[in-house]
Amino acid sequence: MTIRKIAELLEAKVILGEDKLDMEVDMAFSSDMMSDVLAYVHGRTLLLTGLVNEHVIRTAEMVDMECIVFVRDKQPTQEIIDMARENDMVLMTTWHTLYCTSGILYSNGLTGVGRRK
Amino acid sequence: MPLIAEVFEVKKDDFVSAGEVSAKIKRTLKKLGVDSAVLRRISVCSYEVELNLVIHSLGGTIDFSVDQDGVTLLVKDCGPGIPDLNLAMREGWSTAPESVRTMGFGAGMGLPNMKRNADEFDIQSTVGVGTEILMKFHLK
Ligand SMILES: Nc1ncnc2c1ncn2[C@@H]1O[C@H](COP(=O)(O)OP(=O)(O)OP(=O)(O)O)[C@@H](O)[C@H]1O
Ligand SMILES: [Mg+2]
Repeated sequence: MTIRKIAELLEAKVILGEDKLDMEVDMAFSSDMMSDVLAYVHGRTLLLTGLVNEHVIRTAEMVDMECIVFVRDKQPTQEIIDMARENDMVLMTTWHTLYCTSGILYSNGLTGVGRRK
Repeated sequence: MPLIAEVFEVKKDDFVSAGEVSAKIKRTLKKLGVDSAVLRRISVCSYEVELNLVIHSLGGTIDFSVDQDGVTLLVKDCGPGIPDLNLAMREGWSTAPESVRTMGFGAGMGLPNMKRNADEFDIQSTVGVGTEILMKFHLK
């Protein structure tokens, strides 16, 4: 699914990476725990999270995640945005909760990461 | 003769620069042309171990080296040590305080994550002395 489609479905505001909306992801992972992200994520995966700090960007960088959706209208600070820019990431925010965000994307065909490798 | 040998210091409670060592290691290995799947495993391990130094240790070092055989991370800290290693290696077991949890850590997944992602993993710990972790990654 393209990032553009994801942004549309979630009525999300794109904060960073407007030029990368045609990029695709194959699956998504929702979590506020960064070690869980590190344990489960592989491949082209979208991160959905209610946690907003520098560690989210760093964690995504470690597992090559290129797009992060902050839920519940959470706004990243300028420092967080700058750090994400250095890593060529796309950042967006949606007013939906984590549960609803996940449900909307799942019901539109974006699957989860599946059983851990 | 190692191609690269660097020692990074990691300070206790330094959440501001936490992850910078791992980002540096990742950049260095990327430049060397290390395969992206292997690089992801190394990055997960270095990031988990770096955060453990910040969160749980009194401070320590990450000794990063690359030679023909692969990549080695040797991590040493100066305490407090882990009383029960079997418990610490268990998924979901954590002594991280609530303040650390609100930052997104303390799921009790770090050590098992390292063990799963490293090709070789060894941990030794002595209470009152410190913890030493050795991780090796083979390069094809
Ligand atoms: N370097 C260390 N020094 C002392 N204790 C440690 C060290 N590393 C880990 N521990 C202990 O082992 C426990 C498990 O570590 P692990 O990395 O698996 O989980 P965590 O750090 O608590 O949470 P997470 O890694 O998911 O954020 C820690 O909660 C801590 O009690
Ligand atoms: Mg940990």
